[in-house]
Amino acid sequence: MIRFSDSLRMAMGGIFIHKSRSILTILGIVVGITSIMAVMSVGQSAEELVIGEIQRFGPANIFVLPGRQPSGPMDAAGTILNDSLKEKDFNDLKKKSNLPNAKNIIPYVFGYVTTSFESEVYDAMVIGGSEYMEKNFDLTVESGRFFDAVDIEQKERVVVLGSKIKEELFGNKDPIGEKIKLKDGKFRVIGILAPEGQGSFVDFNKSIVAPYTSVQQNVLGVHYFNRIVVEADSIESVPGTIRDIKTLLRNNHSIDDPEKDDFFIQTQEDIAERIKTITGILTVLLTSVAAISLIVGGIGIMNIMLVSVTERTREIGLRKALGATNKNILTQFLFEALLLTVIGGIIGVIGGSLLTGILSYAARALADLNFPYVFSVRGALWGICVSFVIGLAFGIFPARKAGQRSPIESLHYE
Amino acid sequence: MELIRTEKLEKTYIDEDVRTRAFFDVNLKINEGEFVSIVGPSGSGKSTLMQVLGYLDRPTGGKYFFEGKELKTYSDDELAHIRNEKIGFVFQAFNLLPRLSVLENVALPLMYRGIPIKERNKKARELIHLVELDDRIDFRTSKLSGGQKQRVAIARALVNNPKIIFADEPTGNLDSKSGGIILEFLQKLNEQGHTIVVVTHESYVAHAGERILHIVDGRIDKDERVEKRRIVKEEGFSK
Repeated sequence: MIRFSDSLRMAMGGIFIHKSRSILTILGIVVGITSIMAVMSVGQSAEELVIGEIQRFGPANIFVLPGRQPSGPMDAAGTILNDSLKEKDFNDLKKKSNLPNAKNIIPYVFGYVTTSFESEVYDAMVIGGSEYMEKNFDLTVESGRFFDAVDIEQKERVVVLGSKIKEELFGNKDPIGEKIKLKDGKFRVIGILAPEGQGSFVDFNKSIVAPYTSVQQNVLGVHYFNRIVVEADSIESVPGTIRDIKTLLRNNHSIDDPEKDDFFIQTQEDIAERIKTITGILTVLLTSVAAISLIVGGIGIMNIMLVSVTERTREIGLRKALGATNKNILTQFLFEALLLTVIGGIIGVIGGSLLTGILSYAARALADLNFPYVFSVRGALWGICVSFVIGLAFGIFPARKAGQRSPIESLHYE
Repeated sequence: MELIRTEKLEKTYIDEDVRTRAFFDVNLKINEGEFVSIVGPSGSGKSTLMQVLGYLDRPTGGKYFFEGKELKTYSDDELAHIRNEKIGFVFQAFNLLPRLSVLENVALPLMYRGIPIKERNKKARELIHLVELDDRIDFRTSKLSGGQKQRVAIARALVNNPKIIFADEPTGNLDSKSGGIILEFLQKLNEQGHTIVVVTHESYVAHAGERILHIVDGRIDKDERVEKRRIVKEEGFSK
């Protein structure tokens, strides 16, 4: 029986005779595996980015949103322009008797407004929150201070600027104590947030944060909230607290039928699950598209192997005359196909991770996104396994054909 | 001691309902250590007979015994093993693998026996020395002259120490000097005890053997002992 090392050596010899042809043949596999690798890695990176962003909030956070639960990623209409969460809801949620297991209740109201200082103008997201917001979002104040309960109580016209806004409006000047214009009113700058990498949720570098009371009354002129975040005292008390919130809000809004809720509740876990589902579906879809190129690549391999078998008919005849069995010849050609596809797969894995590296670098450098680079081990293993299977599937037919050739007809082949 | 025996051996090709008899009614016996020439004009069936005797092809009729065992009972794989271990071939067109070196070509049959590369190369080197090609050992065979190629083919045929060597028109593609060297080698091997069967259409090649089988129209017309054998080493070789 022929040795494995000899089979491998022969296969190497076989594919090195026509170097450029071999390179062109494996291109299809390289492209396919590169795409699969890139899709899987980028999918994993995107998932990590979003999940990481969500996990900025503690796991015991419960999000109360106005409107109805969106039925899919495209269904955002249910949550926009909805004013069902009012001051009374917030005040009732705050009562210990209503939510015994809630630690903090933080209301959020936000909108885009134009802000200016002297001649500098900037469009910014203004987020109104409570004094707990700093901790809730894990924000760092670089200079000055964050607003406090008194500012909220007094509906003070004070703002804390994101680093990018500070830079745009003030350059190198110290903005603390200066007054910027928000819509039509003047607001005093009391603090600057430390710059941070951008996630997918909120870009605080480009945001202005202020007491929610002031934002409602002095900036947006609204009487509702876009979010109310309830921090439960432990993960275990989350389900009970959700029940309490639902009961209270249905009561406040005079709703008997839960189907007609004008609010909905999300937990960290819900959001993470939804995102994982979406990225999962996208990854599968894109991978399937990439898989088509693998099939095309496989057909290319089969084609070239068939040509190779025909070209080397005399060699097959000679090897058989010298004692090669049908299986020896089959193995030789199958190994060539496998070697081609696996080399293609390895190049594809390297190409895919390089491409992912470039993409995540570009996302960081150009889009200022905090996009992590993830080498998808699962993608790499898949890539190499799939290329092996492609080699086997598309190599077996030509290899069998080679193995079955009669020695004497092959020797006389012209 | 009998090595080969055939009884009414026959090979008929059927191509699109046309039957062509390559040879038929072949009864012959070849003993170990003999040097037999099979001669006949082109198309007489001599090469086909050699292919059947060399286990490259199966007969369509009659019986073929090699070392007393009948061919019929062998599977394709067993035939491959017999070709590998007991038979050596020398072809008119050399049939070397041009991208391999002299050493690799000679060692090839040993690879199919699963012999490790070190051992194969050692054995192959010995035979390359025997055919006096030591200085060409790492050359690709495409870089060799016709005579050198055929010497490589002889070394390869001998590498598994076979029971018999079949040479099909071994001097057909060579000039007279190179042809002489090849025949001299074959005679030398025969002196050392190897059984040699040479197929040729040229009578001066046939006379290097001790026995000549004349094939005419697919049958053995004459089986003669050579009275005055040509000893190439002494008499030289000219076409």
